Amino acid sequence: MASSAAVPFWRAAGMTYITYSNICANLVRNCLKEPFKAEALSREKVHFSISKWADGKPEKPILRSDTPGV
Amino acid sequence: MFRQASRLVSRSITAKSTTNRAFSTEVPSTIDSSFVEAWKKVAPNMDPPQTPSSFMKPRPSTASSIPTKLTVNFVLPYASELSGKEVDMVIIPATTGQMGVLPGHVPTIAELKPGIMSVHEGTDIKKYFVSSGFAFLHANSVADIIAVEAVPLENIDASQVQKGLAEFTQKLASATTDLEKAEAQIGVEVHSAMNAALSG
Repeated sequence: MASSAAVPFWRAAGMTYITYSNICANLVRNCLKEPFKAEALSREKVHFSISKWADGKPEKPILRSDTPGV
Repeated sequence: MFRQASRLVSRSITAKSTTNRAFSTEVPSTIDSSFVEAWKKVAPNMDPPQTPSSFMKPRPSTASSIPTKLTVNFVLPYASELSGKEVDMVIIPATTGQMGVLPGHVPTIAELKPGIMSVHEGTDIKKYFVSSGFAFLHANSVADIIAVEAVPLENIDASQVQKGLAEFTQKLASATTDLEKAEAQIGVEVHSAMNAALSG
């Protein structure tokens, strides 16, 4: 039973829509003129920490941050 | 396998037709009175609980005649670019091509590809380059357009677009895995769209 819908090339390569959309947005942001580019990149900075839990206790957290030194 | 298909399909259709659910615009906003009475018997001093629908503004109903203006809500994750703006027409870059939306357009959900979206109000035309997103066109001539990134064309740097296009074309030629090819392809598409937007 073949799939009837024609899938977009990124879906066929295993990418989800969100990944595709975020890649497009990043490419557009990188092509902006100067003051806008700095604003856009600073707006998109993320900072978070993840920790896996085992036996009811958190293990060592992984910190992901775009602001250096934090 | 397909011998059962027609039986299964007709069974599900008949099941659905008996429960005829109303659209959210048709359900009256008054609360169920028998529930309220039963509540008052049990707890006369407390107000009956509110339901989420009582907090929502009712959806504007579909007018019987086509309205003269299209109401556009254009939102980005970090800002609401246009909110309830009345315009004459918008042209959106759908994956099926540039789609012109006038008031009274057939309800549609369109996936957007990287391209130019233009908002026409009288003689004013405002153009944005949209990275990707969706457009929901409702029966009541309201258009909800959501994009991850949308910039006015003046903010795009042509030299970086050319550089990016050359880089991704080269990556596409040298890509090995499916994923690399897809990423390079996306790069080529987005940069070509920006290029066309700047020159067109």
